[in-house]
Amino acid sequence: MTTPLLEVADLSARYGAIQVLRGINFEVNTGEVVVILGANGAGKTTTLRAVCGMVETGGSVRLDGEDITGKDTAEIVRKGVAHVPQGRGTFPELSVIDNLLLGAYVRKDGEVNADIEHWTTVFPRLGERKNQPAGSLSGGEQQMLAVARAMMSRPRLLLLDEPSLGLAPLVIEDLFRRFADLNATSGTTMLIVEQNAELALEIAGRGYVLEAGEIVLAGAAEDLRTNDAVREAYLGA
Amino acid sequence: MTLAQKLKARMSAGSAFLWGLLAVVVIALIPPIIDGGSQLFLQRVFDSMRNGAVYAVTAIALVLIFKATTLINFAQANIAMFGTFLCWQFTVKGGMPVWLAIILAMAIMAAAGATIERVLVRPFDPSDHLPVVLITFGVAAILEAFAGGIWGLQSLQFPSPFPTKPNDRFTIGGAFLRYETVGTIAVMGLMLLVIFTILKRTKVGLAFRAVSSNVESARLVGVRTGRTLQFGWALAGALSVLGATMVAHQTLLDPAFMAKLGIFAFAAATLGGLDSIGGSVIGAFVVALVQSMLTGYGQQIPGLGWLKSNFALVIAFALILVVLLFKPAGLFGTRRVERV
Repeated sequence: MTTPLLEVADLSARYGAIQVLRGINFEVNTGEVVVILGANGAGKTTTLRAVCGMVETGGSVRLDGEDITGKDTAEIVRKGVAHVPQGRGTFPELSVIDNLLLGAYVRKDGEVNADIEHWTTVFPRLGERKNQPAGSLSGGEQQMLAVARAMMSRPRLLLLDEPSLGLAPLVIEDLFRRFADLNATSGTTMLIVEQNAELALEIAGRGYVLEAGEIVLAGAAEDLRTNDAVREAYLGA
Repeated sequence: MTLAQKLKARMSAGSAFLWGLLAVVVIALIPPIIDGGSQLFLQRVFDSMRNGAVYAVTAIALVLIFKATTLINFAQANIAMFGTFLCWQFTVKGGMPVWLAIILAMAIMAAAGATIERVLVRPFDPSDHLPVVLITFGVAAILEAFAGGIWGLQSLQFPSPFPTKPNDRFTIGGAFLRYETVGTIAVMGLMLLVIFTILKRTKVGLAFRAVSSNVESARLVGVRTGRTLQFGWALAGALSVLGATMVAHQTLLDPAFMAKLGIFAFAAATLGGLDSIGGSVIGAFVVALVQSMLTGYGQQIPGLGWLKSNFALVIAFALILVVLLFKPAGLFGTRRVERV
């Protein structure tokens, strides 16, 4: 059996007295799209933040077999993890181009400009607005920018925190189609946490369901889509 | 956006109030200015420009640290003071050419700034400002005590890096524009160019702007935020020394010589916008001009004659207070617009 790209074991996290994650286990294999479903407050965001070393955690996080638990966020990013945080996390005062350049901050190769060219072609709106401050873009455009910026680091693992949040349904559909394309064309491994189960399960290979800090269900995306409990809680059927 | 739109967007009620206040001051000064004649007026404008340039350099040092950390470094003026003493030591005692001594002192205080960040600032939680502010006050007091212990409390002559003979000046409209003033402004202009080049064209500059904009996202693209802030402290340390060495010839050098200047620089940065480098430069020249006019003409304004030359210092404090109350972002500072 090959080593999973991301292997999380007995992960726990707390904010003060509140235990947010209660020892969860999951893995993401190279080339996979994995989704973690959960309601507000289930611990989805905390899970991603724990992977990136942004909260104090117990348990272990391994990237390609290497223990990265508790490492500094900047160092984890340098190992090939890109994180698109909830609320996009762009640099609002900086231009679109500068945002993309920052995405490539950790790279030392000479193909950064070619990649900027590539991503502004994939997302033409970003090309049209390349000299505008990121804060002046619409919500959907900012989400595109956040994704493009994450891809600029040529990550081994892309973490997406509720990318659909606050976007119009048509924009969300477009965005998820792009995620599927990205995975298909560049083979980028993705871990997506979402409340929007329908679209997320459409592009994911496997999924987990997180409830009150514990993983209560795991399986192939297709099985989760037809699971009665999942349908009731997340698909509104 | 066109320039007109940009100006309109920035002209909110708060800044209208501030511009209005400045207008009142200007109007009150008109009768004595007319009384004094154009030559005297021009002379006072020229006199203010040199202070403006020095306030600007010091204000930019404050802005650099504030932009990245929203922290006021109350030790900045004394970092500049200590560097100026080092410079005095190298040039007056050691016989080093004055420009070389300035550069050496800038380098040493840049290293000192970086050390202060690493040892005294970084260990603290950045979201809690009080401990760090108290530490900057402590550093200011320690630097002043050391300077007093090493070099004494009496005022020392400091060499000017520019020609200062009585005739080293241009005559424009009957008023004198000294070479020193022109030189100080040129140094400030050059320094602005260097800062903008670093911020806009280098990788560390990009990282610095990223940290200033959004610390968490900066970490998420792999920026080592501690080192980036350290760079800001080093740059601020070097700049503030440069500003202080431009003015020490005129003010004379003692451990407290930067205290008053530091307040004017803080007023300048507050007025222009604590996170705006360009704004703080404009703020610096406005503060210096108002200071020069009030010192020169203020006693002729009816009812204000009892305020002697320290009037300008009172005005500087009042300005800080009014800006913080009515327009905390200053005239050219940014207010963030969050979008969903």
